[in-house]
Amino acid sequence: MEPTDYDIDETDLELPAEPMRLNMGPSHPAMHGTIRMVLELDGESVEKVDVQLGYLHRGFEKMCERGTWAQVFPYTDRLNYVSPILNNVGYALAVEKLAGIVVPERCQYYRVILGELARISDHLTCNGAMAMELGAFTPFLWIMKGREHIWDLLEEETGARLTHSFFRIGGVAKPPRPELKARVREVVDAVLLILDESEKLLLKNRIFVDRLQGVGHITAAEAVQYGFTGTVLRATGVAYDVRKAHPYLVYDRMEFDVPVGTDGDNWDRFMCRLYEIRQSCRILAQACEQMPDDGPVNVERPEIVLPEKEAVYKTIEGTIQHFKLVMEGALIPAGEVYSYTEAGNGELGFFIVSDGSGTPYRVRVRPPCVFTLQGFPRMIRGHMVADIVPTFGSVNMIGGECDR
Amino acid sequence: MSKAVLEHLQAKFGAKILETSSAFGDDCAVVEPSAWHEIALFLRDDPACDMSMFIDITAVDYPNRDRRFDVILFLYSLHKKHRIRLKTRLFHETDARKHGEATPTEVPTVCDVWLAANWFEREVWDMFGVRFTGHPDLRRLLLYEEFQGHPLRKDYPVQKTQPLVPYREGPDVMGKLPPFGDDEGLAFTRKDWLPKTSKWDADS
Repeated sequence: MEPTDYDIDETDLELPAEPMRLNMGPSHPAMHGTIRMVLELDGESVEKVDVQLGYLHRGFEKMCERGTWAQVFPYTDRLNYVSPILNNVGYALAVEKLAGIVVPERCQYYRVILGELARISDHLTCNGAMAMELGAFTPFLWIMKGREHIWDLLEEETGARLTHSFFRIGGVAKPPRPELKARVREVVDAVLLILDESEKLLLKNRIFVDRLQGVGHITAAEAVQYGFTGTVLRATGVAYDVRKAHPYLVYDRMEFDVPVGTDGDNWDRFMCRLYEIRQSCRILAQACEQMPDDGPVNVERPEIVLPEKEAVYKTIEGTIQHFKLVMEGALIPAGEVYSYTEAGNGELGFFIVSDGSGTPYRVRVRPPCVFTLQGFPRMIRGHMVADIVPTFGSVNMIGGECDR
Repeated sequence: MSKAVLEHLQAKFGAKILETSSAFGDDCAVVEPSAWHEIALFLRDDPACDMSMFIDITAVDYPNRDRRFDVILFLYSLHKKHRIRLKTRLFHETDARKHGEATPTEVPTVCDVWLAANWFEREVWDMFGVRFTGHPDLRRLLLYEEFQGHPLRKDYPVQKTQPLVPYREGPDVMGKLPPFGDDEGLAFTRKDWLPKTSKWDADS
């Protein structure tokens, strides 16, 4: 048969094309929280993205400047609201660095245990939501079941499921319960079982794998240029984990690996999170073994740590101490420090400035997910509109932390 | 930890480094605003410093000081694992004129040194009103463009109510603004549920 297109001039066939503007969000089911993207499309592929944030801006940094140092804790809960404990710990460590406090060993282990639980719940939520956005609803519910185990345990320990506000400057609100270790082991086993099951549901699913592999790719050099930290950076092959590079609390005594990816695409980010959950479980097992069963959880600094309720009600010294701490706040020596920890999304830094009074002069939080969001247009350029959903899911943008 | 970097900087830039400190183990160098970009570039490219990673940029407002704003840049070296804090002090717009200083509240951008600086300089502009000269896209980041004032300045009245934003007028790019008004665009429903001759129509 003769070819049918021999006399057709290709240039005549070109249809006039102009980029199409599409507004995605701020209220969009796949825009975790509220975020707006103005897309410029060529056909169905994304040419340019303008990410606009701030719809959830609450003035975190301004609010911190009006109360006492301890009153910042509830605000930090609402930064990354999937792993509030990690934010609590990050802020507490920053203030303690400024005040020259090292909390007792038992409290350090307690912080590590609750923090790793929160990290697991963070990664589970991210991976589960990512699967759900690609239509896999069963694994999502399955994974949420695992998160529920963790939140139950956190509720038993702290009294709250989501906004714990549990750690204090120089210690912790309540000492760990005697059944903590047994419960942690129980929960870790349950989570690992659920993880295995949900992996079976997802990892061999052709559709799921195709939507993730090779999509949202970014190179290690670009990731570093954009200041990525956490899982998104590690997925590109850079093994930077604050817990390993600059160990804080008792992470230097823990044996764990830092999973890294090779391609920096959605699949690597997804898998890195899966492996990190397993590493967190390893840390939890070791922490439960090493944690002393008794001993103080708060430092002996009456000018900073609230007294026991018993003393407040029965002694005049306790009453005065309590009154001063509540009304004036703990007086943190003047100076400025930057303290950083590994949160669910990456390096969560607190830069705090004190003028020596009971009120923070300035609290600046380094939000890790803003960095990843800033590099998001680079990740998605050239991909389809539909690829935005899994890619955006894999960078784990948390509105509370992003917009502050 | 990175005392060496501070000494290295001082040896290289001399009088442009105003002071250095290592309080709480955080190394910090205060530099002239004019040398800001030059030093940033040096810190990134010099093999002994190798500050490959931009960590953060922020500002602090000290209204009682002559040079009112501290702009602080946080850097980290992935390979050498050291950190440094670069700080510069800026005048308020009005004070700069009073002191006969030509540099108002602005500092050169470091966007071209680290891509990541882009949004965070926008945020500093948004919150403190510190301008970054040479920034490619200095819009507000978290707040909206009609917002009045810069809220993280200490003299921003916290109780202040922002004015209502009028409907944004803009050019109708390529005739693609969504249709508004009663008789434009798609109908709410494909079907008229009420017959045209209902008593409601007759009344009106």
